[in-house]
Amino acid sequence: MRALFLAVLLRDLRLAARRRIDALLPLVFFVVAISLFPLGVGPEPQTLRHIAPGVVWVCALLATMLSVQHLYAGDQADGSLEQLLLAPQPAVTVAAAKCVAHWLVNGWPLIVAAPLVGVLFDLSGPALRSLVIGLLLGTPVLSLLGGLGAALTLGLRSGGMLLILIVLPLAMPALIFGAGAVSAVESGESAAGHYSLLGALLIATLLGAPLATAAALRISTE
Amino acid sequence: MTAGMRLFTFAAPSRFHALAGRFTPWFWLATFGFAVAGLYVGFIVAPVDATQGNAYRIIFLHVPAAWMSMLLYMVMAFWAAIGWAFRAKMASMLARAIAPTGAMFTVLALWSGALWGKPSWGAWWVWDARLTSELILLFLYLGYIALVEAIDDPRRADQAGALLALVGAINVPVIYFSVRWWNTLHQGATISMTAAPKMASTMLTAMLLMTLACWAYAFAVVFTRARAIIVEREQHTAWVSELALAAKGA
Repeated sequence: MRALFLAVLLRDLRLAARRRIDALLPLVFFVVAISLFPLGVGPEPQTLRHIAPGVVWVCALLATMLSVQHLYAGDQADGSLEQLLLAPQPAVTVAAAKCVAHWLVNGWPLIVAAPLVGVLFDLSGPALRSLVIGLLLGTPVLSLLGGLGAALTLGLRSGGMLLILIVLPLAMPALIFGAGAVSAVESGESAAGHYSLLGALLIATLLGAPLATAAALRISTE
Repeated sequence: MTAGMRLFTFAAPSRFHALAGRFTPWFWLATFGFAVAGLYVGFIVAPVDATQGNAYRIIFLHVPAAWMSMLLYMVMAFWAAIGWAFRAKMASMLARAIAPTGAMFTVLALWSGALWGKPSWGAWWVWDARLTSELILLFLYLGYIALVEAIDDPRRADQAGALLALVGAINVPVIYFSVRWWNTLHQGATISMTAAPKMASTMLTAMLLMTLACWAYAFAVVFTRARAIIVEREQHTAWVSELALAAKGA
């Protein structure tokens, strides 16, 4: 089981390293989408500081939804997904490894870039810290839920939009607590409660989502 | 039929088709009966509210619709799960037949809520916890319908839909409580929806009658839709051909 997990994880990381531009596209989308907001809303620092947490989180959510769409598509097209599911090890291993790989390739860059875009919105030091901590706890949740959506919509005509429609309602709690943590720090309160709830969400999703994804993969490839 | 009836008698699509066909007119009758009675009590017998005037009367549609929207999601998830776990075709078809009606009730609850909110709060929409979670419930319904409709293979559609409905059902409480917490944190809407202090008994009677009307309506529509789904899916079987021939002859 561990061997399969590591093999799938390393394979996906290697594939991402061979196509570096593809792997960076979600990050570029994240930054570009965020920088649209000051243009639309106006440059007043007070307003920008107020909307920054929500904007960063919504863009992280959308960037994840866009990048997760091809999580299983390539493997399905060349038949390797079927082979992976035929392996004697449980399909949960494959689902978990794919999600970890997705998070390492697409989640990390967002977390690293978040303080930089936060500075564009004039966020204070403590607020930036809470933004990063929230994203650290929250982006794995987004990757796991996105993986489930990708497995459910595998090979469908309107897969992209459908995935977003399916996953966004499920991801709303992460958005609420992630953006809420930054807002709490901004207004001088402790964000500990938000971190705890995000952590609880992460644990629950970690336990449930890979199992559901494995079931979805079996349904989709039957 | 009475002699050998067992738990799974109506799991056979042909039997369910016949049973639903026999009951549907009665459910329609019940719908109109309860609705007429409920509207009569609600609009003519029930007194004018002291603070809200006549605007409160939208409660007679609003509250039953909101109840139905939440209940039907759970019922849909239940039948979808049964269909998936026991490979019961009929249960999956029932789940698919419930979804549009559930979505309709959600829209109705949101819409009537907006019409009620304008005169009593002065706004069509506030980001109150209950309103927001009802809106998210609508998104869950739409996601289910869109996923099931996008998959051409009915078996895969049933199973994928069941998985999504189950994940949604598990998430409903999480979403509800996170939205409620978000709302209390933001301190945005100061209006609370728990304002109804005591209800006159005629108002309660009208609301319960309307709830029964909504139940009967849901049964009637879901059975009608389920029958259509059955005939469409079982079109290659002998009994559907016989049915079609009989309909042509008549």
